[in-house]
Amino acid sequence: MPWWFWLVVAFVLLAGYVTATSNRLDRLHARLDATRAALDAQLLRRAAVTLEIAASGLLDPATSVLLASAGHEARAASGDEADREVVESRLTASLRAAFDDPDEAQTLAEEPAGLALLAELEAATTKVLLARRFSNDAVTATLAIRRHRLVRWLRLAGHVPPPTFFEIDDTPPAHLAVGDAWRSADIDGNVEAVDVAPDVD
Amino acid sequence: MKVGLVCPYTWDIPGGVQAHVHDLALALIGLGHDVSVITPADDEAALPPYITSTGRAVPVPYNGAVARMAFGPLSARRVRRWLREGDFDVVHVHEPTTPSLSLLATWSFDGPLVATFHTSVQRARTLAAAYPILQTALEKISARIAVSQAARRTLVEHLGGDAVMIPNGVSMAGFAGVEPFPGWPGDGGALGFLGRFEEARKGLPVLLAAFEKLAADRPGLRLLIAGPGDPDEVRDALPADVFDRVHLLGQVSDADKARMLASVDVYVAPNIGGESFGIVLLEAMAVGTPVLASDLEAFRAVLDGGRSGQLFATGDSDDLAVKAAELLDDPDARAALVVLGRATARSYDWSTVARDIVRVYETVAVDAPDAFARRGPYGRR
Repeated sequence: MPWWFWLVVAFVLLAGYVTATSNRLDRLHARLDATRAALDAQLLRRAAVTLEIAASGLLDPATSVLLASAGHEARAASGDEADREVVESRLTASLRAAFDDPDEAQTLAEEPAGLALLAELEAATTKVLLARRFSNDAVTATLAIRRHRLVRWLRLAGHVPPPTFFEIDDTPPAHLAVGDAWRSADIDGNVEAVDVAPDVD
Repeated sequence: MKVGLVCPYTWDIPGGVQAHVHDLALALIGLGHDVSVITPADDEAALPPYITSTGRAVPVPYNGAVARMAFGPLSARRVRRWLREGDFDVVHVHEPTTPSLSLLATWSFDGPLVATFHTSVQRARTLAAAYPILQTALEKISARIAVSQAARRTLVEHLGGDAVMIPNGVSMAGFAGVEPFPGWPGDGGALGFLGRFEEARKGLPVLLAAFEKLAADRPGLRLLIAGPGDPDEVRDALPADVFDRVHLLGQVSDADKARMLASVDVYVAPNIGGESFGIVLLEAMAVGTPVLASDLEAFRAVLDGGRSGQLFATGDSDDLAVKAAELLDDPDARAALVVLGRATARSYDWSTVARDIVRVYETVAVDAPDAFARRGPYGRR
């Protein structure tokens, strides 16, 4: 075989690799965008529910003020990621401070409107946890490909900046799922505060 | 929501994954979702309308076992057609690392993909060989679910990344408001055991030894045993006067199983190993019977580390006797366990599990529907 034959073979193989890897990267960036958008939506929803609970007048004024300020800061957080991580973690901490006490959840659950809000908050806090897990998972997969030598040398990722993990404290309050126990209270005849939060960790 | 479920194993043979897909489909339909299932199956006419078959499955060895799966160009074409006609908001594949329909669907679908991993034992070398091929497909999955901590560990170790834990659902419908057998549990107290008792790992001898000890101080105490096995084995293990207080039901129907669980003061699970998931524990808790179980990892997980049921040292009949006596003498403690046990059972009920799975769908599909469409030609192949 003449030397140029091998050159052509090498070129074809390289072209195949570059095409396949570009496709993979493109798909991963799509997944990255989708999961990050979902996380963004869930964080906003959580802040909105917190504000609504604070404004409902169903909780004592001190707790309401605490939740209102944390919710407001989270919603108003700038585009700066590091800043947002701090603010969202603070909202998580405030929610735990308010609802780790089962009595607080019970106060809210006694009103029909409060029960609905409690259920919404429970869904929102769980979904933040899910969305963050999925988003960070996409970051891990993308970074793994972007580390490949050829991807770096050929700049296959283009000018897209490398994705970053979103690290916050998102452990939901212990007694939110208490709403479940109340909703089935008529069946079982007990209204005791039971933590039935599924282990999503 | 339009949901497409993909089952990799043939529908004709019962199995854990098939049962999971079936129950999940029914639960989702119950929640008002539009569900379509695709699976290998021999006889399409015998299937309910929401199931599409790709035809016969072929038995092939994979990952240390022989499973009946479907692959090849014909299966791939049928999966693609199902995806096109279904126009799904989200596609949920099961066991995407098996060379069957789930992997084919993952390859062909460009949209929000959710995957559930069931296996906890993966052969490391099988996966290492298949990894480069699997990786491209697995990268497309937006949300990964593991049914147990063990399955999650396998995933993290072999495939990287992470998953959320959502347990297998258990249908609790037949276990609420069950009447005990007449005369049970009685004033003297009653313990219960259920299972194929000739199997050593079920640990019946541990319970019998403890029962003999308890029976000496408690003239009214009785033991109710249900499940297939040789009664002589029980007779030989006990003195005659103690054996008289043991009631053997033999193999029972599902309805009698629930009644049997409701007929005792404490349900005992003395297993000494080999248990991956304690469904019968959940069933006992669902009928409202306190559970006393050996301290196995699987039982500890189901009993919330011992909060919603009492644990005793595995294989230790003395410890079992002590813990059982404590529960028999303390109605308040039993009542507290009944409340917590019901809540635990409910958290494994299909209605709860399906709700959690729908939350995953919503997280990947509803809140970011445009993200997949925004991409250029490569994103929408």
